[in-house]
Amino acid sequence: MLIRTETPIPSSEITDERLYWNRREWLRQAGLLAGAAVAGLLTPGCRAEGKQVRRKANPGPYDTDEPWTSYDDITTYNNFYEFGTGKRDPARNAHRLRTRPWTIRVEGLCHRPATYELEDFVKPYTLEERVYRLRCVEGWSMVIPWLGFPLAEVIHRAEPMASAKFVEFTTLYDPEQMPGQKAPILDWPYVEGLRLDEALHPLTILAVGLYGKMLPNQNGAPIRLVVPWKYGFKSIKSIVRIRFVEKQPITTWMKAAPHEYGFYSNVNPNVDHPRWSQKTERRIGEFRKRKTLLFNGYADQVAHLYAGMDLRKYF
Amino acid sequence: MRRLTPWLNGLIWLGVAAPLLYLSWGLWMDRLGANPIQEITHQTGRWTLRFLLATLAITPLRRLTGWNGWIRWRRRLGLAAFFYASIHLLLYLWLDQFFDWGEIGRDILERRFITVGLLAYGLMVPLAVTSTAGWIRRLGGRTWRRLHRLVYAIAVLGVLHYWWAVKFNWRPPLAYGLILLVLFLLRLRRPASSRPVVTLPPQPLSKIRSEA
Repeated sequence: MLIRTETPIPSSEITDERLYWNRREWLRQAGLLAGAAVAGLLTPGCRAEGKQVRRKANPGPYDTDEPWTSYDDITTYNNFYEFGTGKRDPARNAHRLRTRPWTIRVEGLCHRPATYELEDFVKPYTLEERVYRLRCVEGWSMVIPWLGFPLAEVIHRAEPMASAKFVEFTTLYDPEQMPGQKAPILDWPYVEGLRLDEALHPLTILAVGLYGKMLPNQNGAPIRLVVPWKYGFKSIKSIVRIRFVEKQPITTWMKAAPHEYGFYSNVNPNVDHPRWSQKTERRIGEFRKRKTLLFNGYADQVAHLYAGMDLRKYF
Repeated sequence: MRRLTPWLNGLIWLGVAAPLLYLSWGLWMDRLGANPIQEITHQTGRWTLRFLLATLAITPLRRLTGWNGWIRWRRRLGLAAFFYASIHLLLYLWLDQFFDWGEIGRDILERRFITVGLLAYGLMVPLAVTSTAGWIRRLGGRTWRRLHRLVYAIAVLGVLHYWWAVKFNWRPPLAYGLILLVLFLLRLRRPASSRPVVTLPPQPLSKIRSEA
């Protein structure tokens, strides 16, 4: 597939090896510190911060200007249980996924349901780079330069009926390609959902690439959802079906642990996960933890969607 | 068995040090993934449990092999468990909470896996402190043995801590729990020939001393 970008990224900008080495440098320092502290030689409180310098030169209205997480980390530290439950399993196993040919069905309560080949599905849209924060429910975060297009455009093309209130997404189900699906750890295939107004929000995109390249399989190739103000698991990967429905979909994680994962799953430092606090997060590549922001720092753009809602109840 | 002892001794030293060496090497070489702190936290937690189970395997091993020499390594394995548990706890207090005692207190009260984890560690401390020959003498064999039965509670709490901490993949904690159960069951049938009461107090004491 040919990926057209608004502003082609010069090869000189792609993963600078120095970054990689800088990261090693802080790891080395952190290692020394940890070792010294264990030995009781140093008082705690010393810090070694990562030096990551890659960031977007001309951030758009939806971009964060924070330094990007390294390509290496983004593509080797993944939660994608279809390829194993370890963080490094997806990078090891996702080569089994065949992303071509790939079909996507748009169906349900809409006037123009259709089945698309991936290329045809993507063709009408202009790809743009969006640098978003990604906050995992487990308490770590990244900054990722996605390549994609607003989901709203797909929705407009499908012409949802007035009765459509939610959008439901489904990941591919094929245990041969996705060996993790052979284990009954979740109710496969993976299902996620958004309220229609959330799906139409300009921050919500379908991504087909990152770092100016095609999406690696372990990151949800060939096409995935990105909803930056919600915990990472809402951003469903390797999508084969988009369906307009009237009732709130029951997502995979709601089914697996209804007390721990709600439908909304907005990033919220004030609502703890039952087993851990959500107040802070570790940005991958950084040593100190940072405070988690309401709606992952996108409150100005999205808080109005939840006006008057009790976010403790609708977690 | 006697001829094998030096080899076993070296092997057990290696086994005790290997996780630390591996984690240090991994940190140095950047082989622990994108989130090395969490990786080390998880690994040290698992190694704590493994060494606890190894400690509890000594008695069944003595019965099964009919060789009492295993006892000489029990203290080392127990202290290894304590060592990895200390790193595990320190990483939580320091790099997870940055010594925010208010937050740590809330964690202890609100999250049962933190509660039992910390309780297990708290119970390990007196056992580590009294692990020396001097303390065995001071306490007397009977009291010392009674005190060190806390290890059973510690192991149960440790497995529970792991069980409650995992997100959904309950299989590894279940495996540890089952091994622990087997180690407990092996203690139920106690052949008269190898009652630990007879072998424990004065005899291993001298062994420990001569070893040190």
